[in-house]
Amino acid sequence: MSEMTLHDSPEHAHHPFLQHHFEDLGQQHEASTLGMWMFLSTEILFFGGVLCAYWIYRIMYPDAWAIGGEQQNTLFGGINTIVLIISSLTMALAVRNAQLGRRQATVVMLFATLIFGSIFLAVKGYEYHAHYSEGLFPGTHFTWHENPALASKVQLFMVFYWSMTGLHALHMVIGAGLLIWMMWRAWRGDFSPEYYGPVEVMGLYWHFVDIVWIFLFPFLYLIPHFGVAHHG
Amino acid sequence: MSSLTLHDVRFIEPEKTRNYLNDDYGAFSWLLTRDHKRIAILYLMSVTVMFMLGGFFAVMMRIELLTPEGDMVTSDTYNKFFTLHGVIMVFFFLIPVIPAVLGNFLLPIMIGAKDLAFPRLNLLSWYLYIIAAALGLFMMISGGVDTGWTFYTPFSTQYSNTHVFATLFAAFIAGFSSILTGLNFIVTIHRMRAPGLTWYRLPLFIWSLYATSLVQLLATPILAITLTMLMVERVLKVGIFDPALGGDPLLLQHMFWFYSHPAVYIMILPAMGVASEVIAAFTRKKIFGYKFVAYSSLAIAFLGFLVWAHHLFVSGISIYSAMIFSFLSYFVAVPSAIKVFNWTATLYKGSVSWQTPMLYIMGFIGLFTIGGVTGLFLAAIGLDVHVTDTYFVVAHFHYVMVGGVVMAYLAGIHYWWPKITGRMYPEWWARLAALLVFVGFNLTFFPQFVLGYLGMPRRYHAYAPEFQVLNVMSTAGASVLAVGYALPLGYLLWSLWFGRKAGVNPWGAVGLEWTTSSPPPKENFHETPVVTWDAYDYPAMLKAMGETQNV
Amino acid sequence: MIVQDFPLWPQQASTFAPQMDALFIFMCVVCGSVSIVVFLLIFFLAAKYRRRPDNQLAQEQEPPKILEAAWIIIPFFIFMGMFVWGAWMFFQLNRVPDNALDIYATGKQWMWKFQHPSGQREINTLHVPVGRPVRITMASEDVIHSLYFPAFRTKADVLPNRYKTMWFQATKTGQYHIFCAEYCGTLHSGMIGWVDVMEPTDYQKWLAGGTEGSLASQGEKVFQKYACNTCHTNDSTGRGPVLAGAYGSNVMLDDDTIVRFDENYIRESILNPQAKVVKGFARPSIMPTFQGQVNEEDLLKLLAYVQSLDAKQPAAKPVELPSSFQASSGAGKTPKGQETPPKGQTP
Repeated sequence: MSEMTLHDSPEHAHHPFLQHHFEDLGQQHEASTLGMWMFLSTEILFFGGVLCAYWIYRIMYPDAWAIGGEQQNTLFGGINTIVLIISSLTMALAVRNAQLGRRQATVVMLFATLIFGSIFLAVKGYEYHAHYSEGLFPGTHFTWHENPALASKVQLFMVFYWSMTGLHALHMVIGAGLLIWMMWRAWRGDFSPEYYGPVEVMGLYWHFVDIVWIFLFPFLYLIPHFGVAHHG
Repeated sequence: MSSLTLHDVRFIEPEKTRNYLNDDYGAFSWLLTRDHKRIAILYLMSVTVMFMLGGFFAVMMRIELLTPEGDMVTSDTYNKFFTLHGVIMVFFFLIPVIPAVLGNFLLPIMIGAKDLAFPRLNLLSWYLYIIAAALGLFMMISGGVDTGWTFYTPFSTQYSNTHVFATLFAAFIAGFSSILTGLNFIVTIHRMRAPGLTWYRLPLFIWSLYATSLVQLLATPILAITLTMLMVERVLKVGIFDPALGGDPLLLQHMFWFYSHPAVYIMILPAMGVASEVIAAFTRKKIFGYKFVAYSSLAIAFLGFLVWAHHLFVSGISIYSAMIFSFLSYFVAVPSAIKVFNWTATLYKGSVSWQTPMLYIMGFIGLFTIGGVTGLFLAAIGLDVHVTDTYFVVAHFHYVMVGGVVMAYLAGIHYWWPKITGRMYPEWWARLAALLVFVGFNLTFFPQFVLGYLGMPRRYHAYAPEFQVLNVMSTAGASVLAVGYALPLGYLLWSLWFGRKAGVNPWGAVGLEWTTSSPPPKENFHETPVVTWDAYDYPAMLKAMGETQNV
Repeated sequence: MIVQDFPLWPQQASTFAPQMDALFIFMCVVCGSVSIVVFLLIFFLAAKYRRRPDNQLAQEQEPPKILEAAWIIIPFFIFMGMFVWGAWMFFQLNRVPDNALDIYATGKQWMWKFQHPSGQREINTLHVPVGRPVRITMASEDVIHSLYFPAFRTKADVLPNRYKTMWFQATKTGQYHIFCAEYCGTLHSGMIGWVDVMEPTDYQKWLAGGTEGSLASQGEKVFQKYACNTCHTNDSTGRGPVLAGAYGSNVMLDDDTIVRFDENYIRESILNPQAKVVKGFARPSIMPTFQGQVNEEDLLKLLAYVQSLDAKQPAAKPVELPSSFQASSGAGKTPKGQETPPKGQTP
């Protein structure tokens, strides 16, 4: 930490976005990125816990999990996966443009990320609607007649499906809100090659949410019926 | 002070009239503050209220248990008492108490920073705590909850008809408050240290807070997701953990203890840090085996994640997993033993002052030792079968949490009180309170070890008549303990107006917090300090003192 | 009198008790002496080096660094000793002798129900013979309970939808506490009872008081009531697997995995027949689910019945009871705590 000395350069000390308790923008930037990494490590454990429970029940009830997996629309899930991967690219480009001080390009890329995120949520909403109308929302409205002995376990699969994708979607919605805020700040011209930390931190968050989906998609759509004798 | 005031010549500064307390006035200057010191005061007031509330339920339980018949309140009420006692004390007192009060106040000062890395996040975590506490209060007023703080299914999700959801949600929010505090501390310790303050120059309190924060950051999300799943099960009536619908109640126990065992270390690690600070200051000596003590905190934090299933020895895990978890549980005892022995060795050829903080810490070491070694009893799987779920366990964890954490907290509050408020507490009263707490505590909880081995199960509203004598002893002890806890509340408040003014360094201690004025200015230091000495470097101070004897 | 009212040591009434107490005393001595040494050292050092005018600053002299290694290594070996002894004790608690007497227990809010192999049922009281290993197979009807016999130094959680077993061998006649040790709701502290350890002859006399027939024979009636016998016949022509001799064996499932045909397998197969289908039978299994139809007590009866079937003699046989007591009269007053069977319980 070479920047530790006090008031090393007056223009840094008076940078409008330097918070009073940091010595300089470098320290502020390092703190905010480390903070986001720490937050993401918490998030990994948060999703990790529910994935672990999901996996234990998959071992206990492979048949019900196979049926649950068959209820998912792999096409929509696949489209959403591609959409999110593209949004990660646009997010990375937004960070790069902010770093280079290109105001307009930053806004455009953030906007593109927002659009892709919204497409994801729209497709997800459509899937939710379909599941709901098929009676696959857990609880009193849950209906499953094909194999009554497995109904409660299929419901258990759907509990995990709704909770995990729901938590993920909640993260997407929060991310979309942050994107709008970042767009506004970028438009206002807050960011410069010296100060682009918020966009970078936003990017870390967005990539994380994408990676969570990269796990959820195979877990919920592709592999629930792997390794289970097909009989239906 | 009776002793000469020791401080390095570099530390001398003109008395400033402006400090963090009188820098600004008005309710909003507190409720919207981003100053870590003011947030610490907000936490101090809130955890004190929660401690009194949790203590009230403890007192009600002890009164009920005076007679075996269970004749004062109904079973349901008693069940709510111990549930609320547990929920409040664990989630709203023990977990936040030392990190959020003492840690918040001291961490930036001890590392020479102006504030925590994320001051707004710090305020947010206090608000989350308050929202959670408010929800908890609402839950209590509207009827309470009777699941036990462990929320075991299927009782909590399918059978209890009390306010389980509100309680789960309150604990969930409190968990986020804890996560944000941990996150803030880790980033601050990594990025905000003063020039020259290398890792091995850090005070041991900072090492312990660092280890604590890691646990908060990595264990609490598991609590959050577990509580979320419980809430989903409770609301939708599905069977995530309900065996009748295909769920597994043991999975809940695994997930719950995956957080709640490390949570014990969230409580005790900062207490150990306080002990190291106080022992160094009141022996005027570097802590013996500084690096061992520092790394033992990290070792405890790490090993603490590997022992959760020792809470499940009779619940239904295989013999072999029981053996593995028993084995690992003994591993976690090693770093705790290292600390106790190093603290003891530090006294050797020290200059030991018997002032109040040191009295509390001597009590802390004794009680923590008993709490720790009785943990060894519980880790021996065969013995655990007999004593688990009895009063033996109750006594064990109260020795660790009350004998350990609360004693260390009181030591810390007394030690740093002059720094926080700029006033000295009355020494005579404080020593009396320390003595009462120690005696009352042992009288309350030691008989419970015997009760436990006799076989009295915990969470019993009525009990077999042969257990009465020991229960009466316990209740008698609790009344002494209650007086011991009430005294500091009284004389510390008194000292705010009538206490002697404390100087920069009333104890003659080293550490950055003793180089700034009492109370500290808004940004802690008038000039960023540069650290050139090791932690607890009393010899260097001795030299400095020789040069400035007449100051 | 005083000693009786104010005991400081629990009664020793099982083979575990002296072993457990020996371990406990060992732990107390080791941990107690280390703790006392630490307390005395703290007090002594703090007194000897107390702050005085001539001792204002600590001396720059420390104990030898070798201590550090000593108090890492020595405690570690002591801990390992504790671990080994504790694990050995745990094995004792889990190794059920082959000649154990089977008793079935059901926990429900807030009572303990016990069923003896000869058919007696009792609530909150358990009669067992002295000097004979007793194995308890148990499940809960609702929440988690824990069956705890302090005088026997053993306990085990009782889980819903799963069988667990525990065992003990009483060594002294008398009455001892039964507690529920896992919090289970309003009357948790009322979910208590007495275990009555009797001389074997008294036990047999007590057993003879029951009139319902053995648990296995009651199980046979349940078996017929639910028409299990239409598919589970005694030869391989039936539509379901032959149950005779199956208990305790390993069976191959249709996915080529091998499972043990034990209590929990029987239970699962009754409640959820699709879960594990024996190789060679249709999937989905034609067997209907009995989830929600068979209560815990009937399940235990079915279990006792299936356990009682062996390959040669598929009919129900009385479990481990000398025939002389089967024949003896059931007249006389009902033993204390014995449950009067509800009408219509057995067809």
